[in-house]
Amino acid sequence: MSIEVTGVSKRFGDFVALEDVSVSIPSGRLTALLGPSGGGKSTLLRIIAGLERADAGTVGIEGLDATGLPARKRGVGFVFQHYAAFKHLTVRRNVAFGLEIRKRPKEEIRRRVDELLALVHLEQFADRLPAQLSGGQRQRMALARALAVEPKVLLLDEPFGALDAKVRKELREWLRRLHDEVHVTTVFVTHDQEEALEVADEIVVINDGRVEQIGTPDELYDSPANDFVMRFLGPVTQLGSQLVRPHDVAVAVGADDPDAVAGRVARVVRVGFEVRVEVSTGEQLVLATMTRTEFLRLGVDVGTTVSVRVVPGAPVVPVVPDGSPVRSGLEVHAG
Amino acid sequence: MPVVAGGRLTRASGLGLGVAMLWFSLLVLIPLAAVVATAAAGGWSGFWQAVTNEQTAAAIRLTVGTAMLVTVVNVVMGTLIAWVLVRDRFPGQRALEVLIDVPFALPTIVAGLVLLSLYGPDSPLGVDVANTRAAVFLAFLFVTLPFVVRTVQPVLAELDPEVEEAAASLGASRFTTFRRIVLPALAPAIAAGAALSFARGVSEYGSLVLLSGNLPMQTEVTSVRILSSIENDNLGNAAAVATVLLAVSFAVIVALDVIQRRVGRRG
Amino acid sequence: MGRGRGPGRWAARAVVTAYLVLLVAWPLWLVAQHTFADGLDQLRGIVDDPDVAHALRLTVVVAILSVVLNTVFGVGISLLIVRYRFPGRRLLNALLDVPLSVSPIVVGLALVLVYGGRSGWFGPALEDAGLQVVFATPGIVLATTFVALPLVIREVVPVLEEIGTEQEQAAQSLGATAGQTFRRITLPAIKWGVTYGVVLSLARSLGEFGAVKVVSGNVLGETRTATLVVEEKYLNFDQGGAYATAFLLALVAVACIVVVSIIRPKEEPR
Repeated sequence: MSIEVTGVSKRFGDFVALEDVSVSIPSGRLTALLGPSGGGKSTLLRIIAGLERADAGTVGIEGLDATGLPARKRGVGFVFQHYAAFKHLTVRRNVAFGLEIRKRPKEEIRRRVDELLALVHLEQFADRLPAQLSGGQRQRMALARALAVEPKVLLLDEPFGALDAKVRKELREWLRRLHDEVHVTTVFVTHDQEEALEVADEIVVINDGRVEQIGTPDELYDSPANDFVMRFLGPVTQLGSQLVRPHDVAVAVGADDPDAVAGRVARVVRVGFEVRVEVSTGEQLVLATMTRTEFLRLGVDVGTTVSVRVVPGAPVVPVVPDGSPVRSGLEVHAG
Repeated sequence: MPVVAGGRLTRASGLGLGVAMLWFSLLVLIPLAAVVATAAAGGWSGFWQAVTNEQTAAAIRLTVGTAMLVTVVNVVMGTLIAWVLVRDRFPGQRALEVLIDVPFALPTIVAGLVLLSLYGPDSPLGVDVANTRAAVFLAFLFVTLPFVVRTVQPVLAELDPEVEEAAASLGASRFTTFRRIVLPALAPAIAAGAALSFARGVSEYGSLVLLSGNLPMQTEVTSVRILSSIENDNLGNAAAVATVLLAVSFAVIVALDVIQRRVGRRG
Repeated sequence: MGRGRGPGRWAARAVVTAYLVLLVAWPLWLVAQHTFADGLDQLRGIVDDPDVAHALRLTVVVAILSVVLNTVFGVGISLLIVRYRFPGRRLLNALLDVPLSVSPIVVGLALVLVYGGRSGWFGPALEDAGLQVVFATPGIVLATTFVALPLVIREVVPVLEEIGTEQEQAAQSLGATAGQTFRRITLPAIKWGVTYGVVLSLARSLGEFGAVKVVSGNVLGETRTATLVVEEKYLNFDQGGAYATAFLLALVAVACIVVVSIIRPKEEPR
């Protein structure tokens, strides 16, 4: 394990940011800390980096106890959401900063900076000031700057959060490719589940200062530990006392299935190839999604009597009767 | 009236500009031009004689030298004060904020009297600097207090703490971070504050009247020299020395403009 | 760096506090102490002295006149500089700062050279027309206005730049005339900037000394202002009177700063 966080707690005044959090982050992997804003994921990242001090608990990096070490001695690279560019230094000097601090020979610094600028495709901007770069370019510069000192771990705090959607998507794919090339243990914070599912090898879901679940994207998607994880990873609907994804709800006409619930189509919305069918079971409004082809084959419309059930084998999570989320962390599968 | 940023002058705004320029010329530009013109009327030799007169030269040396020294102190103390006001939180801070502005609002003659009460003959501290060069230094220090603080403060407040965290995560010590990251970011503001502080020091008069004794060759500053020329009805001489002070003021304004444009480019 | 911990932070606090107390707070406090050394007698003596009372009245009248002039001129020129482009705009912008860095004695000299009754450029002609400027109240007003000129402008220009022109354009698209746009949109937006500039100008105008000394002639009961009274009393060994007058002036100055520091935070959520 590359990063070992054990029993970490952190409060800001009355606000509990982290409560007894323990996480192991494997070497050489790309790990996402995923969760809603204010859930504590950025605080955890900053504690790992040494930019924030935990009230309790320990942080180990590459087998070393780093709990009491200041940020500058931890050997971590940190990339900030808003780039934190050194405005008065050129791109080249920004990237060289960590090496200059370490008093490396001039020739070595030059060579290494050239390599890194090539890696992040900023060679032709080496002598510009950060103000003359676009947001995406500045963030790539910040990445090169963090990588220059050959950190043991690379930490990124919402690295693409300040960028527009298109640049975000490009940089996301680019980060994945970069990681496949550089192989440094990387942890990034995001509140975008799509970003985490697409890029990360491993995802840690954090909410309300606690770890909700740790696993690969597939594990999280196929076996969400609780209703929070399930809700956070995409749209859900409720059928009976179970939380299920709308595309795992099967709609049938005239079927005689003991597990199915009878209802009436209340509304039909078409979005491109996808059709959303809302079925009223009398006490619930259940959402089912299907492709246009499936919808046409089914031949239903508003008012049609149908039956709905969860597709066998689909992941579901129980909802306690009063609607408050289940916190047991147990996994329940249908079928 | 205002329409669009960068708009061309309309008839009404053109008239407004004309009236404003007339007033500004009558009040400021023509009188200042009169100073330079009167100095020039005496010819180069007259001007040179006036400013190299032994007593005047001593006054100019004292004024410029003390103003420089005070500016150096202000650069250090002003930056430190700004730092404490922006980065620290403690009870009584608001009162310190008010104290910074006092020298700006206090009438200069009152400033002299105020300093005399602690650093004059009746000093409860037993420190009497009245009628010495230390009094000139003290008076300059008092009246120039706000400049560096007030120019550095907003820049420091705007400074993104993440930039310092980034430097720390790259291995920089607190001192290195300050020297290589914070100081360069503050440098234009410090320079601007220093320029204003220097200009204010060089042109100071009121606070010295009661404090420094205006002893020729010892504690007499340039403004006092000009005043005594005026009182002796030697306006040509006064204008010559005043032109030297005006040249300093203009140099400062040009320096400030250059600094501002350089910062503008950094974005 | 930053949120420093440990001894460094305490040392910085201590140094800064000591510096400000020794340079500003303590001396200021001593003036108040001197003033009230004999109870209220000193202050009463000052107010009862008809010459001092006249000087205080003159100071207030001059200050008000100069603040009005500088506010009208300052707001107008700020609008012109921010909202329009014209040749010489940058030069004008730089020149407007000149009064801040010119010695008050030079200001006085400059005004005497132009408006002096005997040998000034315009002075003799004005005097023939019956208007005495130098050694009279108009000269004092001119000198005071000169030294406080940039203060309103320096406060209003940044606010105008920040609010931009969208709101004004929106008002005009809704049918507001130029005058209505200014009164209903622009003025409310800059009012705190203007207020701040007015308060600073007032403090500066009440306290001007050097420039006034040169142009006023310092005639007792006629052109002697409050700051000149302080000098006169002190040099004539009436220290009590000097301290009392100085205390009054300092009180107004400190009140102005306190008012400004109360106004300022209100400005932020704009």
